[in-house]
Amino acid sequence: MSGRETPAGAQPGRRRRRRGRGEQPMVPDARFSSYYGRPVLNTPTWKPLDIAGYLYLGGLAGASSLLAAGADLTGRPALARTAKLGAAGAISLSLAALVHDLGRPARFLNMLRVLKPTSPMSMGSWLLAGYAPLTLAAAAGEVTGRYRLVGSAATAGAAVLGPAVATYTAVLVSDTAVPAWHEGYRQLPFVFAGSAATAAAGLALAAAPAGQAGPARRMAVLGTALELGAFHLMKHRMGLPAEAYERGRPRTLLRAAEALTASGAALALVCGRLRDRRPALAAGAALLSGSAALRFGVFHAGVASAEDPRYTVLPQRERLAARGS
Amino acid sequence: MTGDDDTPRMGFFTDTSVCIGCKACEVACKEWNAIPEDGLELTGMSYDNTQRLGSDSWRHVAFIEQRKPFGGPEPALTHEDVDVFAAASRLGTDPGSPDGHTELRWLMASDVCKHCTHAACLDVCPTGSLFRTEFGTVVVQEDVCNGCGYCVPACPYGVIDQRRDDGRAWKCTLCYDRLGVGMEPACAKSCPTESIQFGPLQELRERAAARVRQLHTAGVTDARLYGESPDDGVGGDGAFFLLLDEPEVYGLPPDPVVTTRDLPAMWRHAALAAASLAALAAAGFARRPR
Ligand code: SF4
Repeated sequence: MSGRETPAGAQPGRRRRRRGRGEQPMVPDARFSSYYGRPVLNTPTWKPLDIAGYLYLGGLAGASSLLAAGADLTGRPALARTAKLGAAGAISLSLAALVHDLGRPARFLNMLRVLKPTSPMSMGSWLLAGYAPLTLAAAAGEVTGRYRLVGSAATAGAAVLGPAVATYTAVLVSDTAVPAWHEGYRQLPFVFAGSAATAAAGLALAAAPAGQAGPARRMAVLGTALELGAFHLMKHRMGLPAEAYERGRPRTLLRAAEALTASGAALALVCGRLRDRRPALAAGAALLSGSAALRFGVFHAGVASAEDPRYTVLPQRERLAARGS
Repeated sequence: MTGDDDTPRMGFFTDTSVCIGCKACEVACKEWNAIPEDGLELTGMSYDNTQRLGSDSWRHVAFIEQRKPFGGPEPALTHEDVDVFAAASRLGTDPGSPDGHTELRWLMASDVCKHCTHAACLDVCPTGSLFRTEFGTVVVQEDVCNGCGYCVPACPYGVIDQRRDDGRAWKCTLCYDRLGVGMEPACAKSCPTESIQFGPLQELRERAAARVRQLHTAGVTDARLYGESPDDGVGGDGAFFLLLDEPEVYGLPPDPVVTTRDLPAMWRHAALAAASLAALAAAGFARRPR
């Protein structure tokens, strides 16, 4: 038996040889093999609306808390009100989305059963357990106008935790085997930070009077620069899985995100000088929807990269070749 | 990671070179663990209708049909000098095929959860439902799992999955219930060729190394171990394999890495990004107070 197997096994031509070392992973290898083209990874079971929505709303809330605290400090009551209500509303919706996505929603409290630094979802649950009540207290203080001290303390606390709420979600998706998420772990938190800033700025532009929205306008422009810059860098550094961002539905979503965010920021630049409210409303809508489109684009790109075995196998082959084994 | 002091770490060594593709392991696993049916489909992927590991397939036998030349002489342009009677007399005994035809090589391999030393599924599980047993294996506690689904994209091998109707995550337990009473897992018990071997990991590693040496000596130079090295990206698998081709041919990742290896760096980047966001907001307020 082994006599028959011998010549079959000993065929040198079948060994895949890598020419490209290290830096040209964009070139697909013709000799790539897979098991009937089946994915190596199991596809994320997360529902797009719930989880991409969760990423988006978390960002909107976190950055809004910063605006709220700043507005309180600098005497911009209308901006503070918008941002506080926005943060409380967004984080409540995002928690609802998270619970809705669970296979066993009734067991959502099991999230607080342990505190696990190796699990971003555990850390995030504890973070939200601290943050959400603060935003609610800040919003309640704003609406009732009572317990001012408690309200200000809650606003300040939410502003401290807000940036973490906006960026930890990048760790959440990067800490997986999904190539288009994991390989972007260095830049994705910055993309999400920028996207959070544009969303919160968009809400403030649309809902607060122009006279108080100056910080939001500047936040929109800076956030756009951070988001687009970090995203560009991420795709540039990622290697082969970056392709997943450039094809099909993710591509459409991300192109739309780019166009909406950039035009929203441009409008934000000029609308401070206009009497008309409509440009500010349009800027706000563009920024809010641009940020949402970005999260959905990133989500779907990850799923697409998990479903194609090339994105799993080829970078690993490159790695092995670079190690010389 | 070893087992407890008094319990050695237990695992599987799946020697695919003797697998005959009977799927007894798949059936025994389904029966013992009362796993629901997950579709009866004819795929055309050789004899593989199970297709992949998942919430309702904890063993999966892969079938790969390959055409490989059998090392006969190069095909001649003319056949005048071929003695057909002599060639016929060698039929069935001589692997060489004078006309250069290739022959089919049929690879079969029973895949399973790798029970990683550094298990991503366990690391990312937010409820503590996934845990490390006294046998060094990785098991889901179904009364704790809340179906968050995080383990699914975390596993670098595409093993664990969520049951749609039930909502929770399921995978091979290495028959935790059977191990507890000193029995071997159902798949290993049912395997007629001892392709699936169960035992203390240390012993299995030695046995596997000897088997590879034996195959290499016999000329099967394709034989290689997969997942046995404690130095790989997951710290070695509790269930490892002897393969006859590259891992990706079997649908296995060639160089899997536990995603949480990069987690400290991820947290650092996220902290920097959070600080940037705060700075960006502050910059928005710092200019010209209105
Ligand atoms: S193979 Fe996947 S499911 Fe099994 S222990 Fe490793 S990470 Fe977990």
